[in-house]
Amino acid sequence: MLDNLTDRLSGVIKRLRGEARLTESNIQDALREVRLALLEADVALPVVRDFIARVKERSVGEEVVGSLSPGQALVGVVQRELTQIMGGDAAPLNLMTTPPAVILLAGLQGAGKTTTAGKLAGLLKSERKKKVLMVSADVYRPAAIKQLETLAGQVGVDFFPSAAGEQPVAIALAALDFARKHHHDVLIVDTAGRLGIDEAMMQEISAVHAAVKPIETLFIVDAMQGQDAVNTAKAFNDALPLSGVVLTKLDGDSRGGAALSVRHVTGAPIKFVGVSEKLDGIEIFHPERMAARILGMGDVLSLVEQAKKSVDVKDAERLAQKVKSGKGFDLDDFKAQIAQMRKMGGLSALVDKLPAQLAQAAQSGQVDEKQIARTEGIINAMTRKERVQPEIIKASRKRRIAAGAGVPVQEVNKLLNQFEQMQKMMKMMKGGGMQKMMRSLGGKLMQGRFPGR
Amino acid sequence: MFDWLKAKTDPASAQAAPELPVSWRERLKAGLAKTRQAVGLTRLLAKKLDQASLDTLEGALLGADAGVPATAQLLDALRERWKQQGGEAGPATPRALLRDALADLLRPLEAPLAIGAHRPYVIMLAGVNGAGKTTSIGKLAKYLQEQRLSVLLAAGDTFRAAAREQLQVWGERNNVTVISQEGGDPAAVMFDAVQAARSRGIDVVLADTAGRLPTQLHLMEELRKIKRVIAKAEPGAPHEVLLVLDGNTGQNALSQLQAFDAALGVTGIVLTKLDGTAKGGVVAAIAKSQPVPLRFIGVGEGVDDLRPFVAREFAAALLDE
Repeated sequence: MLDNLTDRLSGVIKRLRGEARLTESNIQDALREVRLALLEADVALPVVRDFIARVKERSVGEEVVGSLSPGQALVGVVQRELTQIMGGDAAPLNLMTTPPAVILLAGLQGAGKTTTAGKLAGLLKSERKKKVLMVSADVYRPAAIKQLETLAGQVGVDFFPSAAGEQPVAIALAALDFARKHHHDVLIVDTAGRLGIDEAMMQEISAVHAAVKPIETLFIVDAMQGQDAVNTAKAFNDALPLSGVVLTKLDGDSRGGAALSVRHVTGAPIKFVGVSEKLDGIEIFHPERMAARILGMGDVLSLVEQAKKSVDVKDAERLAQKVKSGKGFDLDDFKAQIAQMRKMGGLSALVDKLPAQLAQAAQSGQVDEKQIARTEGIINAMTRKERVQPEIIKASRKRRIAAGAGVPVQEVNKLLNQFEQMQKMMKMMKGGGMQKMMRSLGGKLMQGRFPGR
Repeated sequence: MFDWLKAKTDPASAQAAPELPVSWRERLKAGLAKTRQAVGLTRLLAKKLDQASLDTLEGALLGADAGVPATAQLLDALRERWKQQGGEAGPATPRALLRDALADLLRPLEAPLAIGAHRPYVIMLAGVNGAGKTTSIGKLAKYLQEQRLSVLLAAGDTFRAAAREQLQVWGERNNVTVISQEGGDPAAVMFDAVQAARSRGIDVVLADTAGRLPTQLHLMEELRKIKRVIAKAEPGAPHEVLLVLDGNTGQNALSQLQAFDAALGVTGIVLTKLDGTAKGGVVAAIAKSQPVPLRFIGVGEGVDDLRPFVAREFAAALLDE
């Protein structure tokens, strides 16, 4: 997946070099590349056409300022427009009504409605302190009701039982009645997956909607969905007044062009994204990140945020201080560093968020989580004194450590060598400043880790 | 520009879906009817092959998820065939030529599932979340039963809430034994199931697994383990590893195939949910980049709507009147 838009454009950019402003003729080729990139990201064709027309309109006449090349200027326009279309008036979940506020979930089979219901309930309970009731109007799929009940138990919210023989409208009304009597703040109504062309099923969900008058009608869409997202979204939008969209399975490696298609067709804001199988795997939608993802530029912002969230700031500062001074950086600190890396979700979680190009390089066998665990194990097998003064570790200590960690002695040697190098590097940083280190880093480490193309 | 888009969501055309198709081919055509209307190939291929119709055709193929490379290849093939037959003077319409090109592209995928002599014959299913694995297993069991094969289901999805119950309910309805465990390790469930099948003289074991995204490396590792344990329970098993793909999926279907193939060695594909709007083109993308046999296609919600894939009929159903 080395089809980062910026890369794709580089060839075109060369031809564009030296032109002072973007014109209709000089961006023609570049726009074709943009079109292909969007199609590869599964943005629906009619949406791509509209979007390209819009970008053309916005970019023609745009001055190429500063150090930007015309190609870069165009990428800027593309990303800005993409962000703007998907962002707009992104609003949080609207619960401003006489309780219970009803949330209706709709979507295709397997889009992730029931899982999303569970996640939403958990979110409303923990972050907005709401008393939530969930009900399933899915009387078709075997055990769908049971699935929602299990989820309700897992997140600790109330569940209104229903049975396969009942009518969806009757179920929803009974649940609403129950929620009123028991003072629930929110009622989440899960529905069966359905096709947009299945008229009977679409009428059924319209009837459920009319019966419970939800304040939020959320369309659940799979981030992996292809061109058909545009038809599905239109069919649901015609049948129901959608108030928002939830994009699921965004933790996969799809580029998520469906987000743009659905937003374009429904006009409804994308309110949440599903990012893991776990029940807390739901996040607020960030249009600028989604734009970068669709263009294949990686979710660097999420990476930074994740790093912020999970790194102990004090710990990090203490480490940074040590690194700066180059003194007293011992194996305990080394271990702390490793532990922090793990907290951020391990290397594979980080790799997911890298731009496609880097991610592939990183995945091609360079990063070995087992090796990290082994390193940690070796340090754990050392005494406190050994960790502070690694130079006292000689042959017999090495044998003991190796036996304790369950690794060959060579592994212990390797670790000590690595550590020594690291210390040297830090001293260099103190003595010769950043530049010297970057040079040696650039030469040895970085290139080895993430080989260029 | 939006004319063809409108055509496809027009309720009148959606109602053109037939009431009760009889043969599977009609059923397939019925399931794909919406695709055909959507891409509007019928209409535009009646014309001659000029640049405008080629452009529209390109859009139509792209709009069906065929992907950029496969679309380019199909259009090249169409131009080539058109030239060979002498353009408008030739006997075949562009539509027929495109159907042939599509059928030729898809032919490597045409290899129906053949249950080998081995007993029990173990079929393992894997795929991303919500692709339709458990539903497909139900349909598959029915299909095998119709061929007078005894079937046993292994409820290997121990992760998703009520996945086990979903399979059990289905098993009860259709008189099929379901081997499951309360919670626990999916590999252990498989081991039990294979042993149970052997002692009961069952013909085919269908092994369900929990849905997982290929980016979850530890879950892909778990899949490898499940496969190893199945092999331990029955040397040579699993005899078939099916990847279940959602027909709605866009180009990500290709990376799914790559990832699951790397982990398990995928021997066949089940393409589900082809009864909606505009689908099936992703098959062409698969045929172009990584041809793996397409064992079954799901063209409806009924239990007997899972059908073997036949390239020519698929192409014809997609393109013919």
